[in-house]
Amino acid sequence: MEWETVIGLEVHAQLSTKTKIFSGASTQFGADPNTQACAIDLGLPGVLPVLNKEAVEMAIKFALGAHATVQHKSVFARKNYFYPDLPKGYQISQYDRPIVSHGYIDIQLEDGEAKRINLTRAHLEEDAGKSLHEDFHGLTGIDLNRAGTPLLEIVSEPEMRTAKEAVAYLKALRTLVRYLEICDGNMQEGSFRCDANVSVRPKGEEKLGTRTELKNINSFRFVERAINFEIERQINVIENGGTITQETRLYDPNKNETRPMRSKEEAHDYRYFPDPDLLPVVIAEELIEKVKRELPELPQEKRDRFMQQYGLSAYDADILVSSKELADYYEEAVKVSGNHPKLAANWVISELLGVLNKNNLEITESPIEAAELGHLVARIADETISGKIAKTIFECLWEKEGSVDDIIEKRGLKQVTDTAAIEKLIDEIIANNPAQTADYRAGKEKLFGFFVGQAMKASGGKMNPKQLNELLKKKLQG
Amino acid sequence: MHYKTIAALSDALAAKKISSVELTTLYLNRIKQYDAKLNSFVTVTEEASVAAAKLADAAREQGKAKKLTGIPFAQKDIFCTDGVKTTCGSKILDNFIAPYDATVVTKIKDAGTILLGKTNMDEFAMGSSNETSFYGPVKNPWQLDCVPGGSSGGSAAAVAAGLAPAATGTDTGGSIRQPAALCGITGLKPTYGRVSRYGMIAFASSLDQGGPMTRTAEDAAILLNVMAGFDERDSTSVNEPVPDYTRTLNDSIQGLRIGLPKEYFSEGLNSEVARVIEAAIKEYEKLGARIQEISLPNTHLAAPAYYVIAPAECSSNLARYDGVRYGYRCKDPIDLEDLYKRSRSEGFGKEVKRRIMIGTYALSAGYYDAYYVKAQKIRRLIRDDFTNAFKNVDIILSPTAPTPAFKFGEKTTDPISMYLSDVFTIAVNLAGLPALSIPAGFVNKLPVGLQLIGNLFGEAKLLNVAHAYQKATDWHTKTPEGF
Repeated sequence: MEWETVIGLEVHAQLSTKTKIFSGASTQFGADPNTQACAIDLGLPGVLPVLNKEAVEMAIKFALGAHATVQHKSVFARKNYFYPDLPKGYQISQYDRPIVSHGYIDIQLEDGEAKRINLTRAHLEEDAGKSLHEDFHGLTGIDLNRAGTPLLEIVSEPEMRTAKEAVAYLKALRTLVRYLEICDGNMQEGSFRCDANVSVRPKGEEKLGTRTELKNINSFRFVERAINFEIERQINVIENGGTITQETRLYDPNKNETRPMRSKEEAHDYRYFPDPDLLPVVIAEELIEKVKRELPELPQEKRDRFMQQYGLSAYDADILVSSKELADYYEEAVKVSGNHPKLAANWVISELLGVLNKNNLEITESPIEAAELGHLVARIADETISGKIAKTIFECLWEKEGSVDDIIEKRGLKQVTDTAAIEKLIDEIIANNPAQTADYRAGKEKLFGFFVGQAMKASGGKMNPKQLNELLKKKLQG
Repeated sequence: MHYKTIAALSDALAAKKISSVELTTLYLNRIKQYDAKLNSFVTVTEEASVAAAKLADAAREQGKAKKLTGIPFAQKDIFCTDGVKTTCGSKILDNFIAPYDATVVTKIKDAGTILLGKTNMDEFAMGSSNETSFYGPVKNPWQLDCVPGGSSGGSAAAVAAGLAPAATGTDTGGSIRQPAALCGITGLKPTYGRVSRYGMIAFASSLDQGGPMTRTAEDAAILLNVMAGFDERDSTSVNEPVPDYTRTLNDSIQGLRIGLPKEYFSEGLNSEVARVIEAAIKEYEKLGARIQEISLPNTHLAAPAYYVIAPAECSSNLARYDGVRYGYRCKDPIDLEDLYKRSRSEGFGKEVKRRIMIGTYALSAGYYDAYYVKAQKIRRLIRDDFTNAFKNVDIILSPTAPTPAFKFGEKTTDPISMYLSDVFTIAVNLAGLPALSIPAGFVNKLPVGLQLIGNLFGEAKLLNVAHAYQKATDWHTKTPEGF
């Protein structure tokens, strides 16, 4: 039987506010345990939450960036359950009245086709603390620094059909929240987390199959692997006459498998009800307008602009706008290059990104600054150096040997464009290789490459290739 | 001296007839002498009290004294007090020393008062008789075998017996007014949102409101001036200007329209209590008020709605007492579930557990709409009843409680009968309105309280109307024997 997979994702994006969603404590990552938790985060008796306006504005930003609707009135609700890292015994979240509804994210499929993934909703909530199971010899340590950190939970419709689509959606979503500067998108530090709801059904069937929820899939690679494992597992169970149990499953990256965590029967009854400590969030149209005015250029707009303004292909533009930092890097390089956008795009995409990926570095960690790469492009464009020499210089830049011009100067890499000098060298080569010259002149034109090689070797590669070709042809003809 | 009002003590201090240290010591000595009998205090902060009184006297010497500088004061043990044990009447917080001051505590402290200690209360403010306190019941100073009312019974008894000139209380369904009535003092529950709830340990967040418990309406006005106001740390506090509540105390009440809700004068009301209230009504007529009967048709739904909403909120509010971070933790828990179960089973009393269970049930999947959502709808109907009533009257008058103080143990076996002692007070909380109780007479030597209900943010009018009564009568000046 042919099976169809149905995937919906729930993403928790940690909002990069300065302080927590309901208290004034700092949200900075990496502080000593329990040093960034105030009375409110600790859930002491008598404390009350006060909503952080910045978090609300970030949710509005997201809504605008994802073509979604900002709800003029939304309600915070309490999600009640006991857990040691949940200080109040309930999480303040939003339930039936989320702040954002609908919207969509456009993704690019592997075959180049575009697909629109609709969003169900996005809501604000507070994060819990962390339970630390290591280093405590059978006990559990509780770090409440993270408790109260603002999260935007973004829920997609179950519209993805493959693990690759899910990853493409996640990447597009991450790009968007980073462009909006509402989340740093750091999956390793947990500021961009994902749960996947996965089910399968016979192709053509409309009714959804029973779904499982996958947790602990906190890298793009794990998302893809976990979903693929789960699809296969579910098909296997059904084809062997079994049924899928609705349950939450944990992904184990070491064994590359998913394991049951809790079944539907064990699922909590969260007893949601409106939080009486917080008033409904009422958002005036003026605030939405204000946020709209401050909205940065978004990936889609930037991509279109890059194609139009710089004459780039869709493929190149897509790569360059995949992160705001990369797009900014590219534009800076173009500016310094003296407006050679295509050449700059080639250098950023084929050379720089290649080496960065090989070294597992982000664009922000590039040893070569955008302006320096721009200079390099400028020197190629004004024929100071050849493309080949440029690669040597690129390597020197990577090793931080100095500026482009310093390296050209110090290493004497300036291209030879003096016709007299080139002619003199050609004359010498012809004189030293009489046999080859004779053969060439007799019609063995393939030998032309031999002379180019000799000339380049003699000049240390610095000879202007175009001039060399022209002059060599003329001289060899005799 | 110990039965003087705050207003009078303030004058005495200003005239240097007594120092704050002398006054504070006087009350501390009275607590030592009589509280073994009453059990109205959980904690007495003797050393800190005297030290603060010295500072108050020094401030006065420097001419920096304010109206309340040097006045001794008691806080209900529900208000977090920095560095002081704050128990909420529960074993689960028996070891809890609050690391911060509630906004109300800060305001009252900043006004110059001297904290004497923390008063006893029903556990987590759940009770109408003070019998649910982990620290044992408070006795009614008028008759020691009777309850003082609850949950602010410690504050009520302490003020009534002259162990403190005034105290705070909190009122979720009548917890200021009912003990004020049963102990013969004045107690004001302000409009919801008038006084900050920050640092006031939550029972039912949408109903809880702190207020003053005093000897007179004038003292309540003086204290409300200090307690009221917007607090940015409490999102439900209302950003509404605070008038000087003492300025309008002596306004004429000629032509005041007083409404008597017929539903409050029906079955269930003790006939002798009814007679006391009728006398009070006559007194108001003499003062120029126009009395008319009104109807609050949904009154009978108030108690059922209240006993869904309050437990629902409490079941969530009390989830934080889990033995993990502070408070009582059971001995040698074998695992997490054992830690939760035993810490909470051993740490909470019976009534608190009963309400947590009722509330958990009411919020459960499948019951939420039938109970919680419906109760909220009823709440709206009750508020509408009052809104309609206030189109025709300025003040609503009723008894505060259906009976005077009852005997210990009388209602502990029947929770419903206990819940009904709040039958006249809970609708006010559901509607968020301000209301107060003032002494209006006695039945069998036990005080009877008169309840006045005002419109939203109508505290100034309420206090004015109460003060007019206290100028014309002397019930509020009566004191119990033996103290």
